[in-house]
Amino acid sequence: MSIWEYANPKRFMDWTAPVMRVAFAVAAACLAIGLIWGFFFTPEEARQGSTVKIIYLHVPSALMAINAWFMMLVASLIWLVRRHHVSALAARAAAPVGLAMTVIALITGAIWGSPMWGTYWAWDPRLTSFLILFLFYLGYIALWAAIEDADTAADLTSVLCLVGSVFAILSRYAVNFWNQGLHQGASLSLDKEENVANVFYIPLLVCIAGFVALFLALVLLRTRTEIRVRRTQALLARAQRA
Amino acid sequence: MLQVRDLRCARGGVPVLEGVTFDLNAGEALILRGPNGVGKTTLLRTLAGLQPPLDGTVDYPEATGAYASHADGIKTALTVTENLTFWAQVYGLTVPDTVFAAFDLDGLRSRAAGTLSAGQKRRLGLARLGVIGRKVLFLDEPTVSLDAFSVRNFAGWMRDVHLAQGGCAVIATHIDLGLDVPTLDLTPFVAQADATGGSDEAFL
Amino acid sequence: MKALLWRDLALAVRAGGGFGLGLAFFLIVVVLVPFGVGPDRSVLALIAPGILWVAALLAALLSLDRIFALDFEDGSLALLATAPLPLEGVALIKAFAHWITTGLPLTLVAPALGFFLNMQPAAYAYLLVSLAIGTPALSMIGSFGAALTVGLRRGGLLLSLLVLPLYVPTLIFGAEAVRRGVDGTGAAAPLMLMGAITLGCFALLPFAAAAVLRINLR
Repeated sequence: MSIWEYANPKRFMDWTAPVMRVAFAVAAACLAIGLIWGFFFTPEEARQGSTVKIIYLHVPSALMAINAWFMMLVASLIWLVRRHHVSALAARAAAPVGLAMTVIALITGAIWGSPMWGTYWAWDPRLTSFLILFLFYLGYIALWAAIEDADTAADLTSVLCLVGSVFAILSRYAVNFWNQGLHQGASLSLDKEENVANVFYIPLLVCIAGFVALFLALVLLRTRTEIRVRRTQALLARAQRA
Repeated sequence: MLQVRDLRCARGGVPVLEGVTFDLNAGEALILRGPNGVGKTTLLRTLAGLQPPLDGTVDYPEATGAYASHADGIKTALTVTENLTFWAQVYGLTVPDTVFAAFDLDGLRSRAAGTLSAGQKRRLGLARLGVIGRKVLFLDEPTVSLDAFSVRNFAGWMRDVHLAQGGCAVIATHIDLGLDVPTLDLTPFVAQADATGGSDEAFL
Repeated sequence: MKALLWRDLALAVRAGGGFGLGLAFFLIVVVLVPFGVGPDRSVLALIAPGILWVAALLAALLSLDRIFALDFEDGSLALLATAPLPLEGVALIKAFAHWITTGLPLTLVAPALGFFLNMQPAAYAYLLVSLAIGTPALSMIGSFGAALTVGLRRGGLLLSLLVLPLYVPTLIFGAEAVRRGVDGTGAAAPLMLMGAITLGCFALLPFAAAAVLRINLR
């Protein structure tokens, strides 16, 4: 049996129900352990004091904000090539989750930035790229919402996701170029991984695992809702013709 | 010239017609009939290649088909001659002088299309078919807003020019064109409630 | 193809074509800026290239929905889609016609408006060149956005939301080229990068635009 069999909506509903429950449980466990460990049982960092602990929300959400878009890109490609409806609906379901992750990353970044850099917002390349990513999510979600016919919406948003991905990458490098022109060297940018010592690293990994599981659970939940909506519409359309 | 086999087509993701089968030879035309919503426009758009069929085949020689919809595709800021010249050039042709007489546009050549009446615009829209030199025509309600005289005029062009020169046409219309051609009632081809292939099928 | 280009240009300059509206908008935005930021000549000189680039971008945005929407409404787009012209060519030609009627005039007028904003003399040539290289990309990206939203009743606002993020790289390189030109730090790199984006857009986006047009015409 081919792996694509699992993309059939009915089969998808069957096998995702237990997976979703497990994902929610893993997310709750990992986030509880990781956040409590991170907030209360790690030492305060010499330079940053306790403010460093926001890293446990900031880094995982930023990571998922980008990975959510990547997942949407893959799902869009699968829809365009193989026309599996569930794939298009999963891309649709992931977008608001990715948007929420982007917003969390921006807000926690601002809260962190205030004591560290003395400002909530700076036009640092990394921050600016996230703001642009936020705009891409908005446009993608708005296009889904604007089109009535479900398959047309899936097709158009998939092409937008494809073209948008190329321009998002272009923007990332253009923004780097732009800001280096203003301030020599990115003085505000932190290279997180190198700053993080082992005591902070392990709870951070647990938190990242928690965010991945949470993302998976939310996307499955939303995809299942989308499938039920489509099924309702399909049944109504058939009933009207009979 | 035109072969349609077992065609199934959908509107808005739901199958509306299935098992549509017919043949047209050069010089033949077919009138489509059926109540509103039966799928005449859907069928014509599928035949013209604007939307893919769910199933079945449509065959006609490459680069011979042309489609004319409810809308005429007329640019109101251009004159009658400019409108026709544009379409002729898109198809790599020139406007034959006879086309103005055939569609009763002789006195309107240099009028801006925006100043034409609804019937005159429709005649201009139909005159496009006379300049693009295509053999297989798919016409959706070509006689809307035409008076009785213009309808006879159009039917005359269809019979004496287009069909006589070896063209063929599928025409959806509610009125009697006065052409001596077969009609096809689409009602028997309405898709059954359990017809397969709609975009929502996977969800049922 | 030539016939389509001539038709689009004729439609743009005739009554109701909207030619000149974009230019007027460009002028008004630039006139409004000193009211907003104050008449300080040194401040204006500093921000003039950026303002001119953003204003040109918004002026180009203004007429984007006309690229396909009018043809879609009067049925000519469906007729063009069944004509022997490839839809990719239609998208390319229409973007080019849009550039000739908006991007090109904006480019030519921008230096004159730079004068009002007290732009440094060194910046004029860089502004002209950067707009000449960058505005074609704006038209091509915009025609993709217009194709995406052509079937929607009120697609204008959504079109802006979709297209503006795609304009970011072009805007960055365009304004950066002028800034570096004035500083003397070398405008060649941003100009070449922007040229690459423009060429890439013209090479690839017609296919994306034609694909979404076919989907919208279904």
